[in-house]
Amino acid sequence: MTKKYRVLALLVAVLLVVGLVAACAGPAQPQPPAATPTPAAPQPPTNGGGPAEVTEVVIGSLGPLTGPVAQFGTANLAGIQLYVDQFNARGGLQIRLEIFDEEGQATLGVAGYFDLVDRGVHAIIGAVTSGVTMAVVPLAYEDNMPMITATSTHANVTVDANTGRVFTNMFRSCFIDPFQGQKMADFAYEIVGAETVAILFNNEVDYSIGLMQAFEARANELGLEIVAIETFQVGVVDFRSQLTNIARQNPDVLFIPAYYQDIALIGPQSVAAGLDTVLLGADGWATILDFMTDPSSIEGSFFLTGFSPDVDDPLVQNFIADFEAANGFAPNMFAAQAYDAAMILIAAIEAAIADGFAPDDAGFSDSVIAHMAATDLVGVTGHITFDHLNNPIKTAVILTIENGQERFWGYF
Amino acid sequence: MDITLLILQLMNALELGSIYALVALGYTMVYGIVKLLNFAHGDLIMVGGYIGIFALAAVWMPPVLAAVVTIAGCALLAVVIEKLAYTPLRTAPRLSLLITAIGISILLQNLAQYWFGADPMPFPAYRLFPLGAVYLGDLRISYISIMTLVITVISMVTLTLLVQRTRLGKAMRAVSEDAGAAQLMGINVNHIISFTFAVGAALAGVGALLYSAQFQIIMPTIGLMLGMRAFVAAVLGGIGSIPGTMLGGYLIALLEVAVITVGFGHLRDGAVFLILIIVLMVKPTGIMGRPMMEKV
Repeated sequence: MTKKYRVLALLVAVLLVVGLVAACAGPAQPQPPAATPTPAAPQPPTNGGGPAEVTEVVIGSLGPLTGPVAQFGTANLAGIQLYVDQFNARGGLQIRLEIFDEEGQATLGVAGYFDLVDRGVHAIIGAVTSGVTMAVVPLAYEDNMPMITATSTHANVTVDANTGRVFTNMFRSCFIDPFQGQKMADFAYEIVGAETVAILFNNEVDYSIGLMQAFEARANELGLEIVAIETFQVGVVDFRSQLTNIARQNPDVLFIPAYYQDIALIGPQSVAAGLDTVLLGADGWATILDFMTDPSSIEGSFFLTGFSPDVDDPLVQNFIADFEAANGFAPNMFAAQAYDAAMILIAAIEAAIADGFAPDDAGFSDSVIAHMAATDLVGVTGHITFDHLNNPIKTAVILTIENGQERFWGYF
Repeated sequence: MDITLLILQLMNALELGSIYALVALGYTMVYGIVKLLNFAHGDLIMVGGYIGIFALAAVWMPPVLAAVVTIAGCALLAVVIEKLAYTPLRTAPRLSLLITAIGISILLQNLAQYWFGADPMPFPAYRLFPLGAVYLGDLRISYISIMTLVITVISMVTLTLLVQRTRLGKAMRAVSEDAGAAQLMGINVNHIISFTFAVGAALAGVGALLYSAQFQIIMPTIGLMLGMRAFVAAVLGGIGSIPGTMLGGYLIALLEVAVITVGFGHLRDGAVFLILIIVLMVKPTGIMGRPMMEKV
């Protein structure tokens, strides 16, 4: 190598390492405080007199129907459409759905918001991905537009990241990331009866960091002894060293807040590392069995999810049957959460109308928002109320792997 | 310190290092002969993994035949890539060749995503090796670990004999030293270069089988990080030197495992690339590389 190339090569290498170290040390973003019960919500004001005379309310649906995340958007819309159709079939108040395809892009999401407002919507369900929702929500907050998302899990969807101000108009029917970590710590303590816990998480992904921090904090509160915290990075396939470290500590449970492709690697390697413990996971584990030839390595593990088709509840089973009849395929978690989002929003709209507000009245939005905040209903993803940050407080579905099959364990 | 833990972690390092060494050998051989850092080499492992899945799970071939098909498939692909992408650039500046190699790497990854999807595909490891383990007291050593070490050693010995003891190996060394002079001595340089690519890729095929057996899933992107690690291993050991490269593979794996064992798992990638910087600063030819007189 000539001198010049050597210097250049060195420079590039230094830059690479600086980037990597920076990424490794990536700041653990502070998460808003975990859910605490709402102080009794103030009663929504009424408009005097009886219910308003309303025949139609317009709701906008903002989500990707084409583009790289279209699969989430189409499931989302199918869930919304099903609830709206069922609601309209009852007669009385009719809901008209206006649809905009934002292709998963924040800029199109903003354009779509203005387009929906021009089309006269009174409330919006959407967007789907957290990035688009976070781009739209400041505008919707300015307009006091009632809004609910079924799928955006980022903590800052309902809270302004810079000012800490709560977007009072914005709700969601899905779990936020930290909530899952807290739930699984409770599960380890109450159900598994663990005394010692270990954590294996990805220190480069916000999802994994958020769950890990919430789990750790809750475990400390519960007096669980954390015997090992090991990390891994994006794209890593070899987990044996971390698992060997963990195995030597012999924890009662190992919490792994990671996605299914990591679990498909970790499962068999945990056996190779001689680890014999209860594995706990979160919704990133969904569909894990599709990626394993030999599921025996994750036998007896538990993970949390927003929805399970195996729940033995007529409400859920009717939803699945109706959804399949309408769409020709089974609903997933996204469709179920969207169905509940539509249910929450439309229930609040009905309540506002009952209080005497017509959709074009000045107080209509405030009334819908107040009724959404006071939500207390049972949807297909469980019983839902909201905390002071407009995040749902709801029961989680716990799934377990038994005899190589995924099975509904119960609500928790 | 806990002795059992140290022995277990040493086993982990040996297993991981075997794969790094096999991949790094492909880098070293190609670099030695055409001075090309073949960044598409890591992706051959990925292609080999998919060929293995096809042979074992789709066509249900017997394991030995599937292994042969995988290794031959990798070698064939490498020769095709060499003929289509690298041969036309034989006289072009080396930078053009390097950029082409990166392009091939991206192409292979994207084709795999297009055909097989971005999600991981399970590899039926149990069809290749028995999944059990032997126990030495407290120690659990899986059959896959043992097979990995044995196969790696056999591959390395075979390669060394090929390069040092055969006429083909002599021709390879001659082309590596001076391609022009070798041509004048009646060596078909084009054939020797293709042969070198094929041998390097065959080692990648062996690596692909061992990798798949250990990790049990294949994704389109696995070649990237593996290729980078193997590249650092080759630079550390001395790129162009076969024993040096093997040593480099094991040292990098040992470093990674050591960093995790002492509790700095979050610095794993950083440590590996820090080694690259230190080697380039202190001894750019690597531990066992020969100092080269640059003929520019």
